[in-house]
Amino acid sequence: MLSRAADNIFWLSRNIERADALARILDATHRLTALPQASAGTTNEWQSAVATAGCVTAFQAAYDEANERTVTEFLAFSPANPASIRNCLETARSNARAVRTALTGEMWDVINGAWHRLKNFDGRNMTREEFARFLAFVKEASLAFDGSAFRTMLRNDAYWFSRLGFLIERADATARILDVKYHVLLPAKERVGGPLDYFQWTSILRSVSARTSYHWVYRESVKPWLVADLLILNRQMPRSLASCYENMSRYLDDLAQFYGRQGNSQRLARAMLTRLDNSTMEEIFQSGLHEFIGSFIAENNRIGGAIAEQYLV
Amino acid sequence: MTSKLEPVAFDEMHAPDGSVRSAYVALANWLDQVPKDVLDYRRREAEYIFRRIGITFAVHGQAEAQERLIPFDIIPRILAAKEWSRLARGLEQRVKALNAYICDIYGKRDSLRAAVVPEELVYRNPVFRPEMNGHKVPHDVYVHIAGIDVVRIDSGDFYVLEDNTRTPSGVSYMLENREIMLRLFPELFSNHRVAPVESYTDELLATMKSVAPATAPGDPTVVILTPGIYNSAYYEHSFLADKLGVELVEGRDLFVKGNVVYMRTTEGPKRVDVIYRRIDDDFLDPLVFRPDSLLGVPGLMSAYQAGQVTLANAVGTGVADDKAVYSYMPQIVKFFLGEEPILKNVRTWRCREPEHLKYVLEHLAELVVKEVHGSGGYGMLIGPKADAKTLELFREKLKQDPANFIAQPTLALSTCPSMVEEGIAPRHVDLRPFVLMGSDRVCIVPGGLSRVALTKGSLVVNSSQGGGIKDTWVLDR
Repeated sequence: MLSRAADNIFWLSRNIERADALARILDATHRLTALPQASAGTTNEWQSAVATAGCVTAFQAAYDEANERTVTEFLAFSPANPASIRNCLETARSNARAVRTALTGEMWDVINGAWHRLKNFDGRNMTREEFARFLAFVKEASLAFDGSAFRTMLRNDAYWFSRLGFLIERADATARILDVKYHVLLPAKERVGGPLDYFQWTSILRSVSARTSYHWVYRESVKPWLVADLLILNRQMPRSLASCYENMSRYLDDLAQFYGRQGNSQRLARAMLTRLDNSTMEEIFQSGLHEFIGSFIAENNRIGGAIAEQYLV
Repeated sequence: MTSKLEPVAFDEMHAPDGSVRSAYVALANWLDQVPKDVLDYRRREAEYIFRRIGITFAVHGQAEAQERLIPFDIIPRILAAKEWSRLARGLEQRVKALNAYICDIYGKRDSLRAAVVPEELVYRNPVFRPEMNGHKVPHDVYVHIAGIDVVRIDSGDFYVLEDNTRTPSGVSYMLENREIMLRLFPELFSNHRVAPVESYTDELLATMKSVAPATAPGDPTVVILTPGIYNSAYYEHSFLADKLGVELVEGRDLFVKGNVVYMRTTEGPKRVDVIYRRIDDDFLDPLVFRPDSLLGVPGLMSAYQAGQVTLANAVGTGVADDKAVYSYMPQIVKFFLGEEPILKNVRTWRCREPEHLKYVLEHLAELVVKEVHGSGGYGMLIGPKADAKTLELFREKLKQDPANFIAQPTLALSTCPSMVEEGIAPRHVDLRPFVLMGSDRVCIVPGGLSRVALTKGSLVVNSSQGGGIKDTWVLDR
């Protein structure tokens, strides 16, 4: 297929996944800040949300203070933020228009429909209820998009590029949540906070929609190291770093087989999968959770670059 | 305001005595029975489908309306089998003559020597391409795809209004209109024998493959070249690529190496043999034409001239479709084919000729004045509808640059029943059938794009000026 088409499909999925991740972060932050001060702790959760979204610099250039109004506006609607939910959906539709022929009619319907519905939300003076409806709409759109891709696309290169874009974005989003909140997940003796952290832990789970999953997997009350395990090493959890790389590695191998040759991206992804497979939470805590996450984010970016270089330009 | 200058139009459904013409009998009966709210509901449904599929067009100079829906009139236009077969023969003749003329202009120039067409109409034509002189295109086909705009006037006879031999658009509407009608009105199709149009895309692909360069492999690679998503016809480009099963490329997806055109794919470079290009000559190759073009492919003309790739339509076909050349078409048909033209030309005054200019200036308020190279209904004067100030403005323009204009009588375009605010009423229509020319045959699918001026009394059918579209049925007996 055309490199440009593959590139658009890759970014189409990335943009949809990014919009979805932002919606979940905003949802979790709204929940956490609705708690009384005594339970929520003293950290500025709005500041954390901006950090998790990875756009601190752009935010600071546009606003003086991180609060509900400014952060919601910036992450959800702001035209000044190229990675706002609205811009992600707009860009996704441009990507889709540019490669309509590589998408199924069902996928186009979902994206085009979401883009039309987006116009109903202007972002100004929204009540909390309206905003909750907006977040629900974004999550529904990403579910419908993935569902239509899964159910209707041929299993060929177009499908694999779409999944790769989705997985690389998803791995990045999970890692960023960990990067911002790593300190509340450290084992008890090293912990910086107090019992209030319980709400922080559940908030992390909520931001990846994994509260119920957690209980199914561990069958015990929320423990910070288990939250870390779920998000990093647990392959049952579809947003974990290990699960993302299990699938990325598989789709990259599918591509290599389809095209009859492999390259840098296959090697790098396999190395990352091996590294995650051979790690335990104890070791990760011992050698430093923060450092581990930091190096993961950098390596994940590098693998994105390798995919682009190999196929998309 | 009605004036004596507005002639009575030919109505395609009703004869002057009020009786229904035979092709329309079943439709008229159906319209009598179907409740108005059912029609309203179906119209809204059609609009919803258009929006959902994303069938839109862009209007130049209207930033806020970047993607607009074209109004779709759900009442079909019907042509009887006999009417169509005569029209189709006329179209085939017309396109063969256009192609022979272009071939001659870049070849032997017999028609210029015989003074069929004045030389300056060729040499001073901004879209004449000296690069094509002496260049031999595969199978001598220049006009692979033509859109010939025809109208019916006086007794319902077909007249050609405009020949489009560069990159005519609208065929996706012809195909989508039919799809939507089949979905909305299956019962209507069961009591009409409507000739299908869906084979158009297969015919187009076969046409493209038939004109591949001799150097191409057995199964040539065809692509569609688009200026990109901001082009007003982008939907059509992607629609056609989808139906043909070929790649939709932009200039940046292609590159030329050793005079061979390649596209960049995820598996590395892949050779391209035939390019159905939907960008103008000017933008094709920045090394030869406009150097500021970002839409084209550097080196493309060199590969083309080396016979390594086919461009459809060929470069330089614009010499045949301006409105000054149009006025010579009857002579061009006779000269190249030795036949009488089947389709008539609308009477045309060429303002470049002093006698004609004099007449036009004296009768400005009755005439339609068009720019020789204009299209889309832009820069046009409709005398009977213009106020004194506009007339004066055009009078000056005409005096300053007469060669840039032609004039035609205000035509009473035929009318068809259309669904408008106040119910079903006659509205003026034109028709653009699409003609394909391959290595060994001409193919015309039975139908075309009918455009309708939805505003009462209006004669302007262009979508950029508020016109709508309707499905066009050719009955197969």
